[in-house]
Amino acid sequence: MTHLAIRGLTKRFSGQTEAAVADLNLEIESGSLVALLGPSGCGKTTTMKMVAGLLEPTAGDILFDEKSIINIAPERRGAVMVFQNYLLFPYMTIAQNVGYGLKIRKVDRAIIDQRVSEILEMVRLPGIESRRPSELSGGQQQRVALARALVVEPRLLLLDEPLSNLDAHLRFELRDLIRDIQQKMGITTVFVTHDQEEAVVLADKVALILDGRLRQYADADVFYKRPADEATARFFGGQNFISGTSANGTFEAALGSLKLPSDAPEGTGILTFRPENVRIGAAADGENTLQAKLTDKIFLGTQTRLKLAVGDDIITAIANPNDVEGYLVDQEVPLSLPPATLWVLTK
Amino acid sequence: MSDLTLSSTTSSSNVRARRGFGRVVFYLTIFVMCLMLILPVIAFFINAFAFRWFYPQFVPNEWSLQAWERLRLIPRAGDRSLEGFISLWASVPDVVSALGLSLFIGAVVTGFSIIIGLPAARALGLYRFRGKRIIEFMVITPTIVPPIAFSLGLNINFIRWDLALEAAGFPLDLSGSIIGVSIVHLVPVMPYVVLTLSGVFANYNPDFEAQARSLGAGPVRIFWDVTLPAILPGLFVAALFAFLVSWSQYLLTFLIGQGRVITLPMLLFAAAGSGNNAVIAALSLIFIAPAILILLVASRFLSGESSAVGGFGRV
Ligand SMILES: Nc1ncnc2c1ncn2[C@@H]1O[C@H](COP(=O)(O)OP(=O)(O)OP(=O)(O)O)[C@@H](O)[C@H]1O
Ligand SMILES: [Mg+2]
Repeated sequence: MTHLAIRGLTKRFSGQTEAAVADLNLEIESGSLVALLGPSGCGKTTTMKMVAGLLEPTAGDILFDEKSIINIAPERRGAVMVFQNYLLFPYMTIAQNVGYGLKIRKVDRAIIDQRVSEILEMVRLPGIESRRPSELSGGQQQRVALARALVVEPRLLLLDEPLSNLDAHLRFELRDLIRDIQQKMGITTVFVTHDQEEAVVLADKVALILDGRLRQYADADVFYKRPADEATARFFGGQNFISGTSANGTFEAALGSLKLPSDAPEGTGILTFRPENVRIGAAADGENTLQAKLTDKIFLGTQTRLKLAVGDDIITAIANPNDVEGYLVDQEVPLSLPPATLWVLTK
Repeated sequence: MSDLTLSSTTSSSNVRARRGFGRVVFYLTIFVMCLMLILPVIAFFINAFAFRWFYPQFVPNEWSLQAWERLRLIPRAGDRSLEGFISLWASVPDVVSALGLSLFIGAVVTGFSIIIGLPAARALGLYRFRGKRIIEFMVITPTIVPPIAFSLGLNINFIRWDLALEAAGFPLDLSGSIIGVSIVHLVPVMPYVVLTLSGVFANYNPDFEAQARSLGAGPVRIFWDVTLPAILPGLFVAALFAFLVSWSQYLLTFLIGQGRVITLPMLLFAAAGSGNNAVIAALSLIFIAPAILILLVASRFLSGESSAVGGFGRV
């Protein structure tokens, strides 16, 4: 159980003007599971490598339990990283791979064998000790890589996109497995992903990184209800952004004046609300009701996406297909925006 | 996994080659190549045991061991007893000491060339940096520049340094010594070692080392547990090249050795001047024996399950 603190962490690769990681600050509670979320190339792997000690930061500090470990060699940090592409040693058996960390720590052979069997059982691959990595499927290799990291009971487990090379079915299965094991063993875990759904489902807290900068670090639901800025809202599927001014609990914009939740920030800014929170037709009642014209309607299978024009503004809504079956394009449709689902971005 | 794909592609191309006209060409090529390799060896064998082999005879009429007697490897006809052999070999025959020296220098040169070449090859294979092209060119220059050009200059410097060292109270001979010869053998050897190994590293994924490090392994352990197994086939091939290049050096040994370092090629060239075909053939057989032996062992590494173009492959 280790508390991880990252303070002002920066990495600039030589010959590059933009920093790959810029002034990153994060506090990760002991025993928690945190997702580093961001698009490809935003510096996630770079951050993990710096925490593991495999890459020298340009600036900043990393603390385990309030003690700086920046000058401690990676092999003595106790932070084990599991790489994106498994990296099982090809000439070792599965047992030798999984037991490698213990062998280095000079653990007794008999104990190694026993622990390896236990941990392989835990990742639901019992009895494959004598097989070779090349004989395993991608999902099995990923689980062996996980077992190899877990068996040394690290202070910190760093998982770099553990699920991205797997097909959807395996992804769900392994996702639950990681969550289970992490809860059972209580190892502080940071995992990298570019899939926001994965982050939301798996993590206690999510850190969103865009362009090498931390945009928001919070519980998963906050990203939907109270996004920090427009880019964050967009990353989580936000599509409605309307300019105006927030004052005294109301938002004044071209489409009218809307009631805001009591904790909404004041000043000029951008109003945002999620497509699935827009109420349409018969459901549109009470506060913040607007008259709109349906301009587009796309059936997505389990949902229907609607485009609604209010004056010059276009509002995107997502609804249950059955609820909006009767509406035709160009028809006038009432909609309402419940105040609790609105948020103002002033940045 | 790279091994798997490699061997499967070669075997499938073999299958293709073994059909129709391609099949004829395939076996013809193999046959010609074998002939070119084996024919000279057969000629050496016949010559080495021939007695008075004259023009119209297809094979000699008479056989003898006179070449081997002259080389003092086999006693004369009268005393071919155990005692005869012991008394002959007790004063080590020149051929044996030359063979021993060639093996020793070959081993030392191989060892040092790997130690020097490994870090260089790693840098050239794994990283991109400014001036890399120039360094790569400099690495292969010994294969372009005639040995006589640099060895004469080097020998003058060796003599200068020897004098300077002697004046400073360290009498260490480079010129005319085994050390000097070993050093100068490194010149033609290094390009082969560095090029072979940098090819291995170009195919090597250093993240495996990072993974081992993260699991708690220190630098020395990582070298033994991760780096070495990955580059071993390539390392073996590089060592093979290094040994064979050192083994076959005549001119450099002659110039730097000052006639005092008698390796097998020195004996061979001296015998070539004498004009005794049987002795030349016998010496040649001794000279090519290790090369053939090594190649037989190497063929196991060069093909089959583990391939020389190893590394773990960048996944
Ligand atoms: N060794 C390196 N030298 C130079 N630039 C690098 C190096 N490693 C990474 N970068 C750069 O740093 C940036 C961040 O890379 P990083 O690998 O951390 O991204 P990532 O978020 O893990 O992406 P992905 O989701 O694709 O794995 C990229 O622009 C990349 O080009
Ligand atoms: Mg990455």
